[in-house]
Amino acid sequence: MTLRFDIPEENFADILVKAFTNRSFLTGFAITIVVAAVAIVSFFWTPFDVTRLIIADKTQAPSPAHWFGTDHFGRDILSMIMVGARNSIAVALVAVGIGMGVGVPLGAFAAARGGIVDEAVMRLNDLVFAFPALLSAIMITAIFGPGALNAIIAIGIFNIPVFARVARAGTLAIWPREFILAARAAGKGKTLITLEHVLPNIVTLLLVQGTIQFALGILAEAGLSYVGLGTQPPMPSWGRMLFDAQTRMVAAPWMAIFPGMAIVVTVLGLNLLGDGIADILDPKSRRQR
Amino acid sequence: MTVYLLKRLAIALITLVLASMVVFAVLEIIPGDPARLMLGLNASADQVELLRNQMGLNAPLALRYLHWAGGLLSLDFGRSYTYSVPVIDLVRERVVVSLPLALIALALSTIIAIPVGLFSAGRHGRAGDTIAMGAAQLGVAVPNFWFALMLIYLFAVWLRLVPSGGFPGWSAGVWPALKSLILPAIALALPQAAILARVTRSALIEVLNEDYIRTARAKGLPFRAVLWRHALRNAMIPVLTILGLQFAFLLAGTIIIENVFYLPGLGRLVFQAITQRDLIVVESVVMLLVAAVIAVNLLVDLSYAVVDPRLRSRQ
Repeated sequence: MTLRFDIPEENFADILVKAFTNRSFLTGFAITIVVAAVAIVSFFWTPFDVTRLIIADKTQAPSPAHWFGTDHFGRDILSMIMVGARNSIAVALVAVGIGMGVGVPLGAFAAARGGIVDEAVMRLNDLVFAFPALLSAIMITAIFGPGALNAIIAIGIFNIPVFARVARAGTLAIWPREFILAARAAGKGKTLITLEHVLPNIVTLLLVQGTIQFALGILAEAGLSYVGLGTQPPMPSWGRMLFDAQTRMVAAPWMAIFPGMAIVVTVLGLNLLGDGIADILDPKSRRQR
Repeated sequence: MTVYLLKRLAIALITLVLASMVVFAVLEIIPGDPARLMLGLNASADQVELLRNQMGLNAPLALRYLHWAGGLLSLDFGRSYTYSVPVIDLVRERVVVSLPLALIALALSTIIAIPVGLFSAGRHGRAGDTIAMGAAQLGVAVPNFWFALMLIYLFAVWLRLVPSGGFPGWSAGVWPALKSLILPAIALALPQAAILARVTRSALIEVLNEDYIRTARAKGLPFRAVLWRHALRNAMIPVLTILGLQFAFLLAGTIIIENVFYLPGLGRLVFQAITQRDLIVVESVVMLLVAAVIAVNLLVDLSYAVVDPRLRSRQ
């Protein structure tokens, strides 16, 4: 049986009501769903084929045919943004997965063991934190060469200490509670207690951090692709589109404006979603109301 | 207090040593022979071997690490493979661009964020707060290099107020040099300011719920005075933490922004070094930046004690 002391007085319906009256959550949720839907639709349909270069149509201003205009190869910007969404989401999602997959067990383990193990894990965290994400990404691409996969690894590695910290802090708060003591009295081991009692109680914390890191991952991927270290052409990516736009700013400003707006809207949506979830589930913010 | 300081110092030093090992190890496993790279494809195996010996590449791993780390301590980073000049000279040329840029951006971000945070916290839950935080939420979502492109379009292409890129050098005069750093600094600062404003606001709101704030209000101090004198000082710890993290981010962030504005800073140096596989330059600059990050974090830790006297008395 799993004890859920974090949200004892509320059932699922209460949370749902709260979710649907929370502006931040609703806006963020709506934007995120739209972006995800656009990415999925791009697998089946885009207004134009992004792999076909039609030089005759190059750098056209936005028009009824090309809503967001065309790029220097005559590709439809809207279609490229749609396909680029796929790429951004995939990179950020896997990077969050790596961060959670390694960071959460590490943090929970450190907190459960305490002492020298805890100290060692935290120093390791300090070490990774000393390398700004972009710097480690640059080092990794310097070794293995540029590409989407290496960008994922680089962003993922940076996510590990973030999740380790959150998981450790959450676990430390849960560990002295009575139901943990009860579980220990029942003879359960630390691993089992962590899995059955600690993790379910820090899931919301991880979820909030997850959306934040997801948003940061999208920004990081765009940044890496922009400097040529991330996703490689011909795969459309938002960062790469901005790189292509830079030298053509005067003649074709739409090449820069729309991909950038796609990034802003997506990141904004995820951040609002994260804020909303934190608002809904955080007992502290509940007390203030 | 002394124990706290010594412990922080020890942690910083250990992190620094470990980081240097990581950087050294990472560049050890990169394929490619620097000697072969310097001599070109036509060099004979004997020539390459000779140069390898001269460069100390045939020494045992541990010895090479100690040699390299010892060099770092005396600011001797070795010679660039492609430029054939000491790396420290390259760094010295570039750091006068990157460091002022990061510092200006940090100052700008703080100057914008603290008043906005105070404004919002003072109007917690009211229209002004909602608007300011909405703007901050938007600011967090803007990638700085895209913001930079938009700034270039607006101020350099349309209004022609500032150059769209390049750097005349400090020898061309302080004003022309500063002028070419304005847009990059704004581009770096605004997204950071948005984050900092949010942190400042929530830290202030937390503090404003404390009893001593009520006491200060009860003894008749105007709200504004309470906000500035009592609340802000007590809210400084999270703000300082984020400032420290932001400085690290700004130093690394200059790498991308320098590419947008064609600024000859450390970031562009690293980039060119990567494409030319000039690994000793990459190694040195990464190490310098990491050392800067560790030093800043240490400073932040120490500044806690200055800001919060309660920490000073605690053992």
